[in-house]
Amino acid sequence: MADTSATSLVLLRGGRVLDPSTGLDEVGDVLLRDGKVEHAGAPLGEVRRDGDLTEVDCRGLVVSPGFIDVHCHLREPGREDVETIATGARAAAAGGFTAVCAMPNTAPVTDNQAAVGFIIRQAQLARAARVYPIGAISVGQRGEALAEFGEMIGAGAVAVSDDGKPVASAQLMRTALEYARAFNIPVADHCEEPTLAHGGAMNEGIVSARLGLKGIPDEAEEIMVIRDILLSRRTGGHVHLCHMSTKGSVELIRWGKERGIRVTAEVCPHHISLTEDAVEGYNTNAKMNPPLRTAADVAALQEAVKDGTIDLVATDHAPHHYDEKEREFSDAPNGIVGLETALAVLVTHLVAPGIISYATLVDRMSCSPARVFGLQGGTLRKGSVGDVTVFDPAASWTVDPASFQTKGRNSPYSGMTLTGRAKCTVVGGQIVYRQNA
Amino acid sequence: MSAAAIGKDLLGLAHLSAEQITLILDTAVPFKEISERAIKKVPTLRGMTIVNLFFEASTRTRISFEFAEKRLSADTVNVAVSGSSVSKGETLVDTARNLEAMKIDMVVIRHPSSGAARFLADRIQSNVINAGDGTHEHPTQGLLDLLTLRERFGSLTGLRVCLCGDVLHSRVARSNLWGLQKLGAEVGVCGPRSLLPNAIDELGVRVFSRIEEAIEWAQALNILRLQLERMQAGYIPSLREYNRVFGVTRERLDRAPRDIVIMHPGPMNRGVEIDSDVADGPHSVILEQVTNGVAVRMAVLYLLAGGRPELAEAAKG
Repeated sequence: MADTSATSLVLLRGGRVLDPSTGLDEVGDVLLRDGKVEHAGAPLGEVRRDGDLTEVDCRGLVVSPGFIDVHCHLREPGREDVETIATGARAAAAGGFTAVCAMPNTAPVTDNQAAVGFIIRQAQLARAARVYPIGAISVGQRGEALAEFGEMIGAGAVAVSDDGKPVASAQLMRTALEYARAFNIPVADHCEEPTLAHGGAMNEGIVSARLGLKGIPDEAEEIMVIRDILLSRRTGGHVHLCHMSTKGSVELIRWGKERGIRVTAEVCPHHISLTEDAVEGYNTNAKMNPPLRTAADVAALQEAVKDGTIDLVATDHAPHHYDEKEREFSDAPNGIVGLETALAVLVTHLVAPGIISYATLVDRMSCSPARVFGLQGGTLRKGSVGDVTVFDPAASWTVDPASFQTKGRNSPYSGMTLTGRAKCTVVGGQIVYRQNA
Repeated sequence: MSAAAIGKDLLGLAHLSAEQITLILDTAVPFKEISERAIKKVPTLRGMTIVNLFFEASTRTRISFEFAEKRLSADTVNVAVSGSSVSKGETLVDTARNLEAMKIDMVVIRHPSSGAARFLADRIQSNVINAGDGTHEHPTQGLLDLLTLRERFGSLTGLRVCLCGDVLHSRVARSNLWGLQKLGAEVGVCGPRSLLPNAIDELGVRVFSRIEEAIEWAQALNILRLQLERMQAGYIPSLREYNRVFGVTRERLDRAPRDIVIMHPGPMNRGVEIDSDVADGPHSVILEQVTNGVAVRMAVLYLLAGGRPELAEAAKG
């Protein structure tokens, strides 16, 4: 995390200042003083240089509250060969994220306050994007006994999740939702009915039938989605549904929200831009859990991002060593890297076709994640934390995983030309990333 | 059509055209005669090295390939890997690189993972022949089934063939399905829904849930092995019930409106998916399938090695 103690001024001049949290959308300036937003909006003219001033020319660029990813895997501790908190935080900054939430499926599992403290210390050393730990729901993510939520939250965790594994026991999920209410944190669930999904390697459908791969049916996700919504209704706890992938899930979430149930949901860039066809040829960089679904699912998820049924976009950034993906499809691990392509995928697949506006994009990547997870940032309101993303909405670039900051190279977008790119990322008033800087 | 038209590898029938499939079948015909000779050997592939890389136990397919290779005078090495390459500590890609470094010409691979043959083919220069990958394809089995049917019926156009049994776990079923459809046959499937892929209706096949209906419709039944090792997963209640509801029995065949050709890729579970008096009865072409298997594999090896189909007769030596 950036050091905010030094007196400093950052002037982001002449960009399109876009902040859905305040309704701001005009060409102007953003001034950050001592890590806080001092001004966002109309052009400032000459700025009094009463400290170290860094000025960034933002003409033709969008200046928005910093993006926040509530769902990524940084692999440390345990798999530092694949990613560290430092490399993950740098990748986040390069993707325009000022903050990320690290899932707890590390080795050992982040299921206690000491583990939470370790992540926070490593993040401070990285001096890139902020990293918020997410604690495990159950001890060791074994789905048996509740982890110590209170102590983990006290040490800096912002949510709990057994992500990577579903909470198979409905009783444990109920208890987690009830217990979490005391701390007002979301319980983030990996929705997957394990007996239906068992052994599945991709979406169940015509492609899996053709390729001879065991499929994961939509219902494996949807059964858990409706279970969690009903348990939220019963307990009053805040359930956050991770990486939604099916049209049916969208309908169930809509049903829950219409009834005022405390359910929020996220979608990943890959689930709103790719279909199961990407698996053709046994492409392990298209292997993920939940799997890529059909065009109808993609359309429903895009619509849900637009209308707010899906609250936010999260990357589920999941780096793997290249030789772990370089194997038979059914044996390859799930997951792709996403921090450095998320913005471009959304601009290319949602904004450019006219499905959502840039304001909605910024809301789903910044304002909404901050709101849903109760995090600082997500706004350029005066006095708020100086976390800002500057991006070029028109930048066209070809994805080359070799140039990523993350150690992971497992991207299904490799070689694709996308539009939209982060140019400058500011955390707590400190510039932590500038493209080509 | 040139020999190169079937490509570097034979990974499945899904991506072959009707012309390519017909080329292989036509090439197999002259090779079939070699196996009838007293000295069953021709020098066609002399000097070539072929590795039979089997990650699964398979006596039938491995022996058939080995006969085909030896009858064409290739040097062969059999590598049987117990369990998966992963459990052995070496990845498939490392195995592939090692084989390539030993300067081989062809690999015949059987592997429990769908797509493994494709994986290997993408990474080595040698020709790769898929001898069964997971639940994906078993193209030479599909080809020998097509050859057997063509011998019986002359043409496959309009022929009604039903695949019966465990389609879900069958690589043979997929190769048959693509091959039959490309050559103009009508394809049916019959079995409990729990043993049929969920999307089977979208593959242009007729779906029968009663074996009696399948027998009434079909001119040929290709009866698939019920994969007993998977039965503990509870796809069907019991083998006994399966035989009573879906088994191809003498009694059921006797009620058929026409003579039906009975096929089975083997090994058979007698008394489960097929009764012995059907397997050994007058309608069965099961042993012809085995014979044709060697000829089809000789044809595939010959074509992949660069042989010219118009010279296949001469290649008999």
